[in-house]
Amino acid sequence: MDLLMQIGNGTLAITAVLTGIGLVFAALLIAKLISPKSYSVKKGEAYECGIPTRGESMIQFKAGYYIFAILFLIFDVETVFLYPWAVVMKDLGPQGLLCIGIFLFVLIMGLAYAWRKGALKWA
Amino acid sequence: MFDFGVWTSAINDFLVGLFHNPQYDWLVTLIECVIIGVLVLLTYTVLALFYILYERKLCAWFQCRLGPMRVGKWGLLQVFADMFKILIKELISLKNTDKFLFKLAPYIVITSSVTMLACLPWGRGLQIINFNIGIFFVLAVSSVGVLGILLAGWASNNKYTLIGAMRSGAQMISYEISLGLAILTIVLLAGTMNINELVLAQEDGWFIFKGHIPAIIAFLIYVVAATAETNRGPFDLPEAEHELTAGYHTEYSGIHFGFFYLAEYLNLFIVSGIASLMFLGGWMPLHIAGWEQFNAVMDYIPSIVWFVLKAFFISYIIIWFKWTFPRVRIDQMLAFEWKYLMPLSLVNIVVMAVLVAYNWHF
Repeated sequence: MDLLMQIGNGTLAITAVLTGIGLVFAALLIAKLISPKSYSVKKGEAYECGIPTRGESMIQFKAGYYIFAILFLIFDVETVFLYPWAVVMKDLGPQGLLCIGIFLFVLIMGLAYAWRKGALKWA
Repeated sequence: MFDFGVWTSAINDFLVGLFHNPQYDWLVTLIECVIIGVLVLLTYTVLALFYILYERKLCAWFQCRLGPMRVGKWGLLQVFADMFKILIKELISLKNTDKFLFKLAPYIVITSSVTMLACLPWGRGLQIINFNIGIFFVLAVSSVGVLGILLAGWASNNKYTLIGAMRSGAQMISYEISLGLAILTIVLLAGTMNINELVLAQEDGWFIFKGHIPAIIAFLIYVVAATAETNRGPFDLPEAEHELTAGYHTEYSGIHFGFFYLAEYLNLFIVSGIASLMFLGGWMPLHIAGWEQFNAVMDYIPSIVWFVLKAFFISYIIIWFKWTFPRVRIDQMLAFEWKYLMPLSLVNIVVMAVLVAYNWHF
């Protein structure tokens, strides 16, 4: 424990990130060295589902769930706001409950409104 | 219980003693970081190999088959053969892909899972990254992984991978809310976000027993949300093979594909590990009040064994889900999250907050 306290969490997090990058890099390097290589025109085409691709693939298309992404922003930020409250909840007591109750009430009303308006329906 | 901190301190003392001079402290730190990196890498690989065999065997047993049996005793060496085979496969470079993003995607996916793995405490004094916002950091890193999947789907220049990536994005961001709220319920009970303190707070009883019904509901929500978060089980829409070929990693070949495969299994271990840390007491042994001999025997089992066994148990449940339930449709899946799971977890938080505010928990 003491050892890791000395190094510091930031350094350790960077070590972990570098380890991840190192893992991918090393495995790719080994694969490049020992794997066979051959070239053909057909090989460079997208596999997709086995038959030749038609038209462009990097296109705009309608995702039926784009509304969920907007709702996600609201509720994820809400979760972030709730975390500090959760840590100090024991000290706050019933008063903290009241304050967060108002916050949650507004949010739940928002969800109910979105639900009522049909945002959660598959479009 | 045995404290693994003794070992890490011994290594540190040895290294410091080796150089004698305080001006070489940076070298000590560097060597220690390299040791940590190698250990994380080894753990990562061993876990991934174990999980591939674990899932294949369990899947076979659920379907009344034997699973891999030919390579080695009971097929134990099958994973090594598979791993070696995937390394010697050709890395096909496609014509119309976005080359940079195509190559960047595996880095993001793997790095996020390695960083999460480094946050888990494996036993007493056996933890690498120990932020005081630990569990929040893990959640934050886990949402970076979805970026890699979205990039992989987009950069492949393939319509099916694009659909798979979009589905994966929608699914992972939706279920992340329930996941966060289920964890929040436990943070509420414990009053801390530091993973190590969360485990220490469970010395006199695991949170699933301490928190009455809200903790049990939170546990169930967590397991369902974690299944969706790892793109598994009945929620494996991003890889629905009869609709989308193989989902977001269709165009990846060889070890490039292997990275997504590895990260998927490691994410399974990580979500199971977090479930065991948050709800099942992490590396704390099982104690039954007033049954002293039993508790003494349980204390003999090392903390690392407790943690690993609990994590494997949760993984067993999640794998069981996968091979039992049929795949759901995307609209059903999103409706399930937004109309049932999330309102339920919000109500659950309010109930837990009342319990905590009036001190009605143990």
